[in-house]
Amino acid sequence: MAIPTYASPLERTWAWTYRVLCVLIFVFLMAPILIVIPLSFNAEPYFTFTDKMLALDPDGYSTRWYDLLLTFGMKAPDAVRDGGWWADMWANSTWLKAAKNSVIIGFWSTILATALGTLAALGLSRPEMPGRKVIMAILISPMIVPIIITATGMFFFYSNPCGILQWVGISAQCGRLTSTYTGVILAHTILGIPFVIITVTATLSGFDQSLIRAAASLGANPRTTFFKVILPLILPGVISGALFAFVTSFDEVVTVLFIAGPEQQTIPRQMWNGIREQISPAILSVATILVIISVLLLASVELLRRRSERLRGVAPA
Amino acid sequence: MAEMLTTADGIPLKAALARAQSRARRKALFLVLPLLIFTLLSFVLPIGAMMARSVHNPEFVASTDRGTGAVTPIMQNLKGWFDANPLGTEPDEAAYAALVADLAHLQETKASGSAGTRINYDLPGTLSLFKSGARGAGKLEPPFKESLLADDARWGDPKLWQAMRAATAGVTADFYLAALDRTRAADGSIVQAEENRQIYIKLFLRTFGLSALITFVCLLLAFPVAHLLATLPMAKSNLLMILVLLPFWTSLLVRTSAWMVLLQEQGVLNDSLVGLGLITEDQRLAMMYNTTGTIIAMTHILLPFMILPLYSVMRTIKPSYVRAARSLGATSWTAFRRVYLPQTLPGIGAGGLLVFILAVGYYITPALVGGASGRLISNMIADHMNDTLNWSLAAALSAILLAAVLILYWLYDRLVGIDKLKLG
Repeated sequence: MAIPTYASPLERTWAWTYRVLCVLIFVFLMAPILIVIPLSFNAEPYFTFTDKMLALDPDGYSTRWYDLLLTFGMKAPDAVRDGGWWADMWANSTWLKAAKNSVIIGFWSTILATALGTLAALGLSRPEMPGRKVIMAILISPMIVPIIITATGMFFFYSNPCGILQWVGISAQCGRLTSTYTGVILAHTILGIPFVIITVTATLSGFDQSLIRAAASLGANPRTTFFKVILPLILPGVISGALFAFVTSFDEVVTVLFIAGPEQQTIPRQMWNGIREQISPAILSVATILVIISVLLLASVELLRRRSERLRGVAPA
Repeated sequence: MAEMLTTADGIPLKAALARAQSRARRKALFLVLPLLIFTLLSFVLPIGAMMARSVHNPEFVASTDRGTGAVTPIMQNLKGWFDANPLGTEPDEAAYAALVADLAHLQETKASGSAGTRINYDLPGTLSLFKSGARGAGKLEPPFKESLLADDARWGDPKLWQAMRAATAGVTADFYLAALDRTRAADGSIVQAEENRQIYIKLFLRTFGLSALITFVCLLLAFPVAHLLATLPMAKSNLLMILVLLPFWTSLLVRTSAWMVLLQEQGVLNDSLVGLGLITEDQRLAMMYNTTGTIIAMTHILLPFMILPLYSVMRTIKPSYVRAARSLGATSWTAFRRVYLPQTLPGIGAGGLLVFILAVGYYITPALVGGASGRLISNMIADHMNDTLNWSLAAALSAILLAAVLILYWLYDRLVGIDKLKLG
C-alpha cells in the first residue's frame, strides 16, 4: 500500500486517513481481548485500572482471582496447602469441576462430530451423490438456525425422547436425556457438525479423485485406500474441523442452560452465572485463561492450514 | 442392424453402466446416511415437534402429569356441549351444569392448573378463577347458572366462553394471532390487541432493524480492513489476519464480559474519558445494559464473519482493472465506485447475509448486555420458555423467526451457495 509518488495532496491525505482508520478498527477488534489480561491481575475487586496499577506498583497487582478460581467451592479453602488441600481442590473446586465437564463434553462431541462429519463429507464430495444440495443444506442448518430454537426443541425432545412416537399413535415413555452427559454431548455434536462438514468438504475439493482409482488399480481395497491414501491427505482439514467442533462445544452455553443439570455445568455456564449474578474479576481470570487457549488453537489451525496447502500443492502462503 | 454393445461377459453396456452408477450412488448415500439420520432425528424432528406446539395445545382438554407423562382427559362435559351447540349459542343451564361437573372433576384430578393456564394465555387473570372455581364446584346446587355466577360473576363473561370454546378444539391458530399482536373478539372476529399489549410486532421490527444496523456497521468496518488485507503482501497480511482471527476464535462469553468491563459506568472507557477531562464525573456515558451495548458487542462479535468473505473476494480482484480505469482518466473515487466496488458485491452479499442471519437469532449477548431496551426476539422466546411457561406462544414466535431465517438461508444458498461457506 505504498503511496505512489504522483499522488495528489488530497490522495495523500486520504491514504493516511485510511491507514489510521484501519489501525482504529484493529484496535476495536483486539482491545476487548487484551484489556482483560492486565485487569485479571487487579488486586482490588474493580473492573478498572486502579491508580496503583497505572503506577506499575507491584502492590496493585495480585493473583488473588486466580487463587479464587481454584479455591471457590472447596470444603476447606484456608487449610494448609498440603496433599489434602490439593485433593479437596481436585474434588470440589467449582471451576475445576466445570473445566472437567467442558473437556469431557467437548472431547466426546468432537469425536462424534468429526467421525460422522468426515464420512458424510466424503459422500457429499462424490459427484454421484444424489440430492447433494438439499442434504448439504440440512447438515449445515444447525449453524444457521437461531440457537434458542435449537435449544428449546432439544429440551422438549430430550425430556421425553419417546414422546415423538405419539405422532404415530403410540404413547410411550422412556428415560430422559435432559440432565445427562449424553444429552449435552449429542446436542453439542449437532452444533459442531456444520464446521466439520465445511472444512472437510473444502479440503476434499482440492483432492485428486484419480488417486482413489490409482490405489484401487494397485490392489488396495476401499479400507486400505481410505487409511493409506485419502485420510493422510485430508487429515489437516479433518483436524481443523475437529478443532472448530471442539471450540463450538467448549464455548456453548445456551443448550447447556436448557438441557444440562447441575452435574453438567461447564465453564461457559459458570461464566454465564458469574456475569449475571455478581460479576467479579475472577471472571476476567477465566477469560484470560480462555484467551490463551484460543491463541493456542488459532496457532494450530494456521499451521494445519499451511500444511494442507502444501499437501494439496497450492503455493504456500 | 448393428449388434448391441456388450461387456466381456455379455451384459448390455447400457445396463452395466446403469448398474455401476447406481452402485456408486448407493455408496455415496451410504456414507452420508448415518449423519443424515442423526441430524434428522435429533435436530430436525425436535424442532418440528416444538413447532407443532404452536398450533397444538391440548392442555384444556387433557392434563399431562409432569412426572409420569400420563395423560388425563378433562373438561369433557363442556366439550360435549360445545360440540352440540354451534358458535354464538348463549350458554344455557345445560352448559353451566357441564362446566360445574368439569370443575368438580378438575378438583378430583388436580388438573385445574392445566385448564386454567391454557385460558390464562388468552384472558390474563383467569388461572385463579379456575382454581377457586374448582375448589368450590362440589358445593354448588342447581340451578348451576345462578349458583356459579353468584360464586363469581366472571364465569358469565362471553369472552371466557369464547376462549373455552376455542381451547376445547386443541388445535388452534390463536398463538400465532397472539404472536402478531392480534386477538379474537367475543364474536370470533380477529382484532388488534390492546395498545399496551402490542409488543411482539414491535419486537420483531426492532430485531430486524437492529440486525440491519449491525450488518451495516460491520460492512463499514470490514470493508477497509478487508481491502487492506487483500492488497498487502502475503507475509504482512497473514500477520494482520491474526488480529481478525483471534477474536473469531475467542470465547463469546469472554468477549461479552470484556465489553462489559470496557463499557460499564465505572468501566475503563468511562474512567479514561473522565481522566482525560473530556467528561465530568456525572456525565459518565451509559453504554451498557441498553441498545448501545448490544450494538457495540454484537458488531465486534460478528465483524470477522463480514471480513472473511469480503477478503476472499477482494483477493481475486486484479489491481490492473483499477489502474486501467485510472489511466483512462477516472478519478480515484470514480475508479473505486465504478470499477472496484461492483467487483466486491459478491463478498458484500455473502458477508452481509451471513451477519444478518446470525444477528437475527442472537441470544447470549443481548441477554447479558442488552438490559431492558437491548433485548431481541430470542430473549422473548427464552422468557416464555422459562418464566411465563407459555410454551405454545414461544413456539409460535420461534416459528415466525425460523421462517424468516430459513428464507434468508435459502437466499444465501441461491446467491452465494452453501458450499462456498468458508471459515478462516
